[in-house]
Amino acid sequence: MNKAEEKTGRATVPDERGYFGAYGGRFVPETLIAALDELAEAYELYRYDQAFQEELKGWLSSYCGRPTALYRAKRLALELGVKEIYLKREDLAHTGAHKINNTMGQALMARRMGKKRLIAETGAGQHGVATATAAALFGLECEVYMGEKDIERQAMNVYRMNLLGAKVIPVTSGSRTLKDATNEAIRDWVTNVGHTHYSIGSVVGPHPYPLMVRDFQRIIGLETRTQILEIHGSLPDYIFACVGGGSNAIGVFHPFLEDDVKMVGVEAAGSGIESGAHSAPLCAGEPGVLHGSLSYLLQTDDGQIEEAHSISAGLDYPGVGPEHSFLNDQGRVEYISVTDDQALAALRLLCRAEGIIPALESAHALAGVASLAKQLKEQIVVINLSGRGDKDVATLAALEEKEGK
Amino acid sequence: MLRLNRSFAELKKQGRKALITFITAGDPDLEATCDLVETLVAAGADIVELGVPFSDPLADGPTIQAASTRALAQGTTLKKIIATVKEIRRRTEVSLILMSYYNPLYHYGLEKLVRDVYEAGVDGLIVPDLPLEESAELRRLAAEKLAIIPLAAPTTPDGRLTDIVAAGSGFLYYVTVTGITGTRTKLPEALSHSLDQVKKKISGKLPLAAGFGISTPEQARTVGKHADAIIVGSALVEIIARQGASKAGRQELSGRVKALRLALDS
Repeated sequence: MNKAEEKTGRATVPDERGYFGAYGGRFVPETLIAALDELAEAYELYRYDQAFQEELKGWLSSYCGRPTALYRAKRLALELGVKEIYLKREDLAHTGAHKINNTMGQALMARRMGKKRLIAETGAGQHGVATATAAALFGLECEVYMGEKDIERQAMNVYRMNLLGAKVIPVTSGSRTLKDATNEAIRDWVTNVGHTHYSIGSVVGPHPYPLMVRDFQRIIGLETRTQILEIHGSLPDYIFACVGGGSNAIGVFHPFLEDDVKMVGVEAAGSGIESGAHSAPLCAGEPGVLHGSLSYLLQTDDGQIEEAHSISAGLDYPGVGPEHSFLNDQGRVEYISVTDDQALAALRLLCRAEGIIPALESAHALAGVASLAKQLKEQIVVINLSGRGDKDVATLAALEEKEGK
Repeated sequence: MLRLNRSFAELKKQGRKALITFITAGDPDLEATCDLVETLVAAGADIVELGVPFSDPLADGPTIQAASTRALAQGTTLKKIIATVKEIRRRTEVSLILMSYYNPLYHYGLEKLVRDVYEAGVDGLIVPDLPLEESAELRRLAAEKLAIIPLAAPTTPDGRLTDIVAAGSGFLYYVTVTGITGTRTKLPEALSHSLDQVKKKISGKLPLAAGFGISTPEQARTVGKHADAIIVGSALVEIIARQGASKAGRQELSGRVKALRLALDS
């Protein structure tokens, strides 16, 4: 451990009970505890198992196309008045987003643990597609829970999952989005825990998921570090990433936590924080327990979980990973929010300036940079472009029609 | 908690098994909840478990999920449920347990929660998403006032079961199936054997109650032979879903509880 690590203790979190400071833990029905113990034990083994790590690395490079490029976006930088902007191109990873980094890891583990069936929850459908892909590749059965509302707005991804041989199960309860899909996936897991692995798509859920998913996503930051040193010659001043559950953000942030690099997580402000229709628990929520861990949440005075709102299905979630809550309270990462409109403007800007159609989720990170552009004039900025926007084209077309463009 | 321990002690003396009935508080509304509790007690329930509705009840099947949604739509809150418990206490001395997911309790503030529900006349808490490792604070605060009723499942390893029993109070809630709440036409074949095994491991430290999936008098009789108590929820909630708290509904509810009682005592 270096001095900075000793000072912050960041490199040692989470503790063995899965706590990042005050956040995390395991708040699940007793039925699942044995399975979580089994998973945590397996993960402790594979985490340091060279054969496993080599195999994963092999798949990530030969099958997923890693390392993904770090691209210097000169025209975007010029448009925003920022000195230098680098885009970490997770949109170029197989299946079109960073989600595949995690599902390859989890599917490989599931296979080694003798589980025959993968289940997953999905919002935008990216994690569902990534799970279905890994399941197809490794010959595992796959069922994906998806809110009815998300099935409507992400029809293409539903079709992709079907093509890949997965079964998409519509969830009709509650807000019919990611939160409810997660409830249903947990209920499935409680029932079929013997032969099923639950492939959680973000750094949320009970221990060991926030740790495990973070570690699988750290490759984003590790590559970025090598690449920026190679291209630019020094570390960046800033890293920006969008935060829903927070897996792409923690993936790119984590390897830089002990460095002199500022980090900004961008939450979805939906129609605006003051409107109440948003998905920004770190900016406007309170700590509580949802889906197995203690973290910031959108909730009512009575402790009921509030429905989140965002144009981006992948950010439309009332909770956030516990490690983000920890980094927020520590002040290590600054969390801001941008509205649907800001994200849309940023999406259009990137399309025209650079010829890249970003996912609506990733457009929030771009909009975050745009909103802070004044303080970034002399800065080197990395933006994690977590996914591509093909899946959002129908949403955008419908919106433009509504706006009469 | 004293009330709860007394219930079990008396039943044991009489050689009878406890019938624990679950309904969701605020379904169809809180006023009706008071009447429904009276109906349950009059029909032979020994202990009444009131569910605190939650937006995301992830251990529950469709029946109790729907009851939660109905109750929340009526504006039911934990605060109002505590007030309702006070009203119920004016009418009956039955043992009352609140079943709540953790977030509403956590958000209320654990210290204030324990004080308020104890003063209202609640005897114990069941928190389905608060396993042993996370419940130390609540157990410390509840101490002698409230039973913090632990759950064990078919997937719980032996050593862990011992720890759960040692830390728990009131009774052990044994989840009969690997799954969520809801009626089932068939319970696991090995259930009787599993219950006997668990009973042996508890070795008298806590009464053993079996719940999840039990709905018919036949199931009550079979399971009752191997436990100190049975818990019936979804089968009763389903009646309320159809009938509300109407006279016909209360009659049907009463009929069902009497049939369970009879089967359990036979």
